[in-house]
Amino acid sequence: MPMTLHINGETHQVDADPRTPLLWILRDKLQLTGTKYGCGESFCGACTVHLDGKPVTACRIKLKSAVGKQITTIEGLNSRVGEQVKRSWLELNVAQCGYCQSGQIMAATALLERNPSPADEDINEALEENICRCGTYLRIRQAIKHAAQKLA
Amino acid sequence: MFARIDQSKRGQDMTRRDVLKLISATGMGLTLGVYLPVSSAAAMDSAMKANGSLEPNAFVRITPDNRVTVIIKHLEMGQGTFTGLATLVAEELDADWSQIVAEPAPADVKRYNNLLWGPMQGTGGSTAIANAYEQMRKAGAAAKMMLVAAAAKQWAVDTGQIAIHQGVVHHKASDKQATFGQLAALAAAMPMPQPEEITLKDPKDFKLIGKQSLPRKDVGKEDGSAIFTQDIQLPGMLTAVITHPPRFGAKLKTVDASQTLAEQGVVDVVTIPDGIAVVAEDFWSAQSARKKLNIEWDESQAFNKSSKELQADYMELAKKPGLVARQDGDTGAALEKASQVLESHYSFPFLAHAAMEPMNCVAKVTQEGCEIWNGEQLQTPDQTNIAQALGIKPEQVKINMLYAGGSFGRRANPMSDYVIEAVLIAKTRPGTPVKLVWTREEDTQGGYYRPMYYHKLRAGLDMDGNPVAWEQRIVGQSILKNTPFEGFLVKDGIDATSVEGASTLPYSIPNIHVDVHNVELPVPVLWLRSVGHTHTAFSTEVFIDELARTAKQDPVAYRMRLLKGHPRLQGVLKLAAEKAGWGSPPPKGRGRGVALQESFSSFAAQVAEVSITEDKEIKVERVVCAIDCGLAINPDIIKAQMEGSIAFGLGPALMSAITFKQGKVVENNFDGYEVLTMDKMPEVEVHIVPSSAPPTGVGEPGVPPIAPAVANALSALTGQRFHQLPLKLS
Repeated sequence: MPMTLHINGETHQVDADPRTPLLWILRDKLQLTGTKYGCGESFCGACTVHLDGKPVTACRIKLKSAVGKQITTIEGLNSRVGEQVKRSWLELNVAQCGYCQSGQIMAATALLERNPSPADEDINEALEENICRCGTYLRIRQAIKHAAQKLA
Repeated sequence: MFARIDQSKRGQDMTRRDVLKLISATGMGLTLGVYLPVSSAAAMDSAMKANGSLEPNAFVRITPDNRVTVIIKHLEMGQGTFTGLATLVAEELDADWSQIVAEPAPADVKRYNNLLWGPMQGTGGSTAIANAYEQMRKAGAAAKMMLVAAAAKQWAVDTGQIAIHQGVVHHKASDKQATFGQLAALAAAMPMPQPEEITLKDPKDFKLIGKQSLPRKDVGKEDGSAIFTQDIQLPGMLTAVITHPPRFGAKLKTVDASQTLAEQGVVDVVTIPDGIAVVAEDFWSAQSARKKLNIEWDESQAFNKSSKELQADYMELAKKPGLVARQDGDTGAALEKASQVLESHYSFPFLAHAAMEPMNCVAKVTQEGCEIWNGEQLQTPDQTNIAQALGIKPEQVKINMLYAGGSFGRRANPMSDYVIEAVLIAKTRPGTPVKLVWTREEDTQGGYYRPMYYHKLRAGLDMDGNPVAWEQRIVGQSILKNTPFEGFLVKDGIDATSVEGASTLPYSIPNIHVDVHNVELPVPVLWLRSVGHTHTAFSTEVFIDELARTAKQDPVAYRMRLLKGHPRLQGVLKLAAEKAGWGSPPPKGRGRGVALQESFSSFAAQVAEVSITEDKEIKVERVVCAIDCGLAINPDIIKAQMEGSIAFGLGPALMSAITFKQGKVVENNFDGYEVLTMDKMPEVEVHIVPSSAPPTGVGEPGVPPIAPAVANALSALTGQRFHQLPLKLS
């Protein structure tokens, strides 16, 4: 039976096993491939999306629990904070391979939405589970602070 | 990777003539490597006229929309090659940076050969900038000459009166100007400059090369629009997941796939030599259905050892002499005469590359041949291996090179492992594209690890504490024996990737002996970012520190004296030490340590400051890095590569290890195979040595010094000596 999802301000009808992780609905059914598969177990944060504004790993959210929620993916990240975070990312040349960066940006935006001037510890706590194998952590931290300043 | 090929063909003073010789030696009938072979130049010529664009060579395309497309022959995996190579073209072309677009090259060894590897297309060994520096500049310069010629013709003026500034062609006297796009069609009709006519800029006139920060050209990484292999969607495409044997060397006995085949979305179950693939309409259907496979493995011949047993085996082997990789003087006699003899040993576990994008490949097999979509790092070997697997010709293999979500060497497998898997699965469904997706678990447990190693070192000091003898024995698997690369990098049984950094010890010691034991195991191994230096830098730099401490000498001063004849290593050591405040006491509660390494023709030194937390955990607080990579093309990318290399190297230094228990890999995801996280990232300061030497790579050379620098800092702080990675406090 098709289920209704609210993603990036649009409504989608999805017909799939209700236990399917949201990640694979986004990627394989809706072609929203900006949300990445990295580990499937919520260890790496590459699939971070916003569910009612809160950062969650889409690999651990089942389709049925996403119904009725407002889902935001990297493709639909167009809030004032989100746009600034993306600009700061570009300005500081944060991304290297880029595969984890959608998740990093989603986590960083959620952090700035609730804490407009995060300290290093706040950034560590919010992004501790967003792994970057290229090691862009320093620039992620700088970009979050850069965005915070621009938004202030 | 491939450091040896590199070394044999390139010196610090490579001249233009050498480049010409190198190219002609490959015998491909190219002119300067930037032009098309004659046969296809004519075809290209008519194509240019048809669409009004200028395509003077295999690397540059200027279209009427004023866009300059730079065709990039190397894989963009985060190291910044799209930006780096585009900078070289844009510089000589005097283009505006905003009009430059980077595009991945197709697989075509005739045009897109790695000039340091002979006739082979591929990326690795930190060679992209080094091999393409002149090639890409000449490509840009040739295009510029044709644009100037076109403007001169159109305005009926002399070419000498025409200048180009930020993408605008200008004739001062008449104040006429035009964009590249406006001139493209006419420029395409101009004669192609002969190689000897192409002149390159004097470096003092560089406007882009060496400038601090250019926006990167690997775009779409901030808004999810960048397409990786994982993101490829093709009409009718199916997705496959694969189950590998539980132990290396195990064979499939029987498989009952009936329950899997009955699951919704499942299309087929395919057995290939390396495992059993479930092919389905989408990933989740395949992934959930494969749990219902009923598989029996024959593990009678399988690997069944534990890491601890291997360690004991390696230590036993290390008692006997190995194959000699370097012999200077007579270490035995010198050790007898030494006033003090020190001995140490170092152990290194297997390591997984653990790129963020698990291995994957899209393949389509048809009657005409095979097409793949892949974060493609070794075009020529992959074409050869695919052709062999399918019984077709290498030129029938079309490769679409996509961004790679990291690689660290994993996508440069001379055996083409996961690529061949994808192709063999796709072969069973001719005409249908199949995306093979390894899960994180397969990626972690699938082998092709940085091998496990054991090193034993012995040194003799004279009365003044100077080293008079140095012996090093390395025990571990050869990465390249029994691979297609054996001919290049294995000589007399000695794999250069096992001993590099040890056999090339830079310290001036009269008697040096390095030997190696090649262990044979069924565990597949592969190079990992900075390859042999991942372990040799640790053992040599920790041991030299121990010698300095025993001699009661300052570790920087001790190294500096022993580095006679290595001015560039001395240069980075001096710079890192100065910037780190070496000589002044470290902040309270911190220890300071230094390490250096030459790798891939670049030179790096790092000073680490460490502390110990209340929970008795190692905390790396600050790292000061000095890098000499010749002329700095993109300083911001060099800096980013150093920052990233330090983060990458801190994984194995502090937490990463693949361990075997009765032949099975223990770790299977990021919970077990731990890597560096944000909270553990130190402050990093990067200092680039100003240089006009030919540019060399930066993808790998920042990795080797970090682990020994941290170990040496911990020793300075605690007095403890470290004999293994990851580091553990006693």
